[in-house]
Amino acid sequence: MHLTQTLIQKIVAAHSSERCRPGDVVWLSIDLATARDFGGANVVKNLEREYPETPVEDPSATLFTFDCQAPANTIGYANNQHIVRTFAKKHGIRIYDVNGGIGSHLIMDRGHCIPGSTAVGTDSHLNLVGAIGALGLGMGDRDIAFAFKTQRVWFKVPETIEVRMIGTFDYPTTPKDMALLFLGNLGPSGALNAAVEFCGAAVESLNLSGRITLSSLVTEAGGVAGLISPSEAVLDELKVSKGNRERVVKRDAGAPFVRKIEIDVSGLQPKVAMPGNPCSVVNITEVAGTPIDSVLIGSCTNGRYEDIVLAADILEGRKVKNGVMLKIAPATREIYGRLLKEGIISKLYDAGAIIVNQGCAGCAAGQVGMTGKGEVQISTGNRNFPGKQGAGDTYLASPVVAAYSAIYGEIRVPE
Amino acid sequence: MHITGRACFIKNASGALIDNIDTDMIFHNAHLHVTDIAQMAQYAFGNLSGWEKFPESASNYDILVVGGNFGAGSSRQQAVDCFIASGIKAILAESFAPIYFRNAINSGMAVLTLEGAQEGARQTLEEIPDGAELSVNLKTGEVAIGGKKGVISCPPIPPVLLSIIEAGGLFEFAKKTSK
Repeated sequence: MHLTQTLIQKIVAAHSSERCRPGDVVWLSIDLATARDFGGANVVKNLEREYPETPVEDPSATLFTFDCQAPANTIGYANNQHIVRTFAKKHGIRIYDVNGGIGSHLIMDRGHCIPGSTAVGTDSHLNLVGAIGALGLGMGDRDIAFAFKTQRVWFKVPETIEVRMIGTFDYPTTPKDMALLFLGNLGPSGALNAAVEFCGAAVESLNLSGRITLSSLVTEAGGVAGLISPSEAVLDELKVSKGNRERVVKRDAGAPFVRKIEIDVSGLQPKVAMPGNPCSVVNITEVAGTPIDSVLIGSCTNGRYEDIVLAADILEGRKVKNGVMLKIAPATREIYGRLLKEGIISKLYDAGAIIVNQGCAGCAAGQVGMTGKGEVQISTGNRNFPGKQGAGDTYLASPVVAAYSAIYGEIRVPE
Repeated sequence: MHITGRACFIKNASGALIDNIDTDMIFHNAHLHVTDIAQMAQYAFGNLSGWEKFPESASNYDILVVGGNFGAGSSRQQAVDCFIASGIKAILAESFAPIYFRNAINSGMAVLTLEGAQEGARQTLEEIPDGAELSVNLKTGEVAIGGKKGVISCPPIPPVLLSIIEAGGLFEFAKKTSK
């Protein structure tokens, strides 16, 4: 009998010679192994200790991406970045240095990670490449060093949860609100150790940016990854070649899901996650009027061109409230460049925003700075655990809510 | 493989095991540049409310008992290695976050979870006094408390993962098996 499989199970089966049923531990072949400035120095240390002769199996399938601190603003990070640069040069490994941007975005945008492929990296949100129907796995530095050396990792095949999102919503609601709705429904362990496969009309209509936002929040529900089968429009946006389009994987009819969840987004209103827990999601009306001190627009969840344009359209011709700090970090250098050339950065500048270098920024204590004790921040990021982005309190919301909040100095219901 | 030793129960003020302890609570991102394992013990639980002083008493314990979704958040290996540097030899969790589970096994840390254990296992653990002797058997999933065998039955660790732990971690396993 032919075994029917979910999207992730099919990718795993295509990358392993062993039986791939949920719970099985297999050796998974890896198409792309990456490390960042966070974790990267430890990967190098492991490789030089364990495999000093030939530390890297295939330099063409191996990358470093510096995105935590761009450029380094602590000696520790500066030292670590330089350890990685030296190693990469010695072994002919490509680096996207501090001028590149967020690695998980770059590997999709530059075609290093394509639909149906496997990628690993020292980034717990590397799984957001599920947005293009690829299997990305965030891992620690031992796993990644082993992947550099062998192009393989062990992998416990997860169960798959189907999350079907139906209905439609209108501006000012955004894909971030849809993602927060999903996260609030599931909670911090709602997808624990499982994979999520998103489907339904509300998901299928999302462009690449919206899909990234959705897939980027699966880690916060405890999930291994959240995958979406790419639409033709997304394949076009990614400029996927004809040959590679044949590698696109879709689930089998009747694929086995451990659970099926349906979420209706009809009439969805903007959502906000309360400080300390990304899953503590409320309707914005419950916290509207809460005074804020700072606003951060960016991160691997909402640092795309479309996200920043949403904010710029609101901020154009208006001013950030006196005493409020608005910080914007584009995800990649290309996004930054496009915003600059199209005059969008200029609109943000005129409104009073600080635009910092491309990269992760807030979640990694990076170039965007941190919050002080008592400071209240609203961020478009994905993680607001206590102490994560500084000593202050961080709310999570969409770029639209963030932009309005910057103008009024309080959590503001969009007009 | 089994490990016997004194257990530390990571509970809140009302005596419940704490759930969803994330990697920033275990090993804060301010210390991510630390690459020397010997330097990591001092930061263990440094950002977990009520447990900031854990490094001072870590040498009294061999086994950590923790709640659900332990190690949520980032991929940092330091969040496991800080416990290895503290002399912890096993972690018994209600459940682990996926990346943390990998990292623990790859560092040769013995791990067991209550996923699939009998009902009430968590409450049983919550009633055991701090420092009590536990014995965890990874091959059978049995947990003995104070010498009394089979008090809790956890699912055993899959054979290949057990081999990695027994070897002392992923690199050591690879050397032994030429994987």
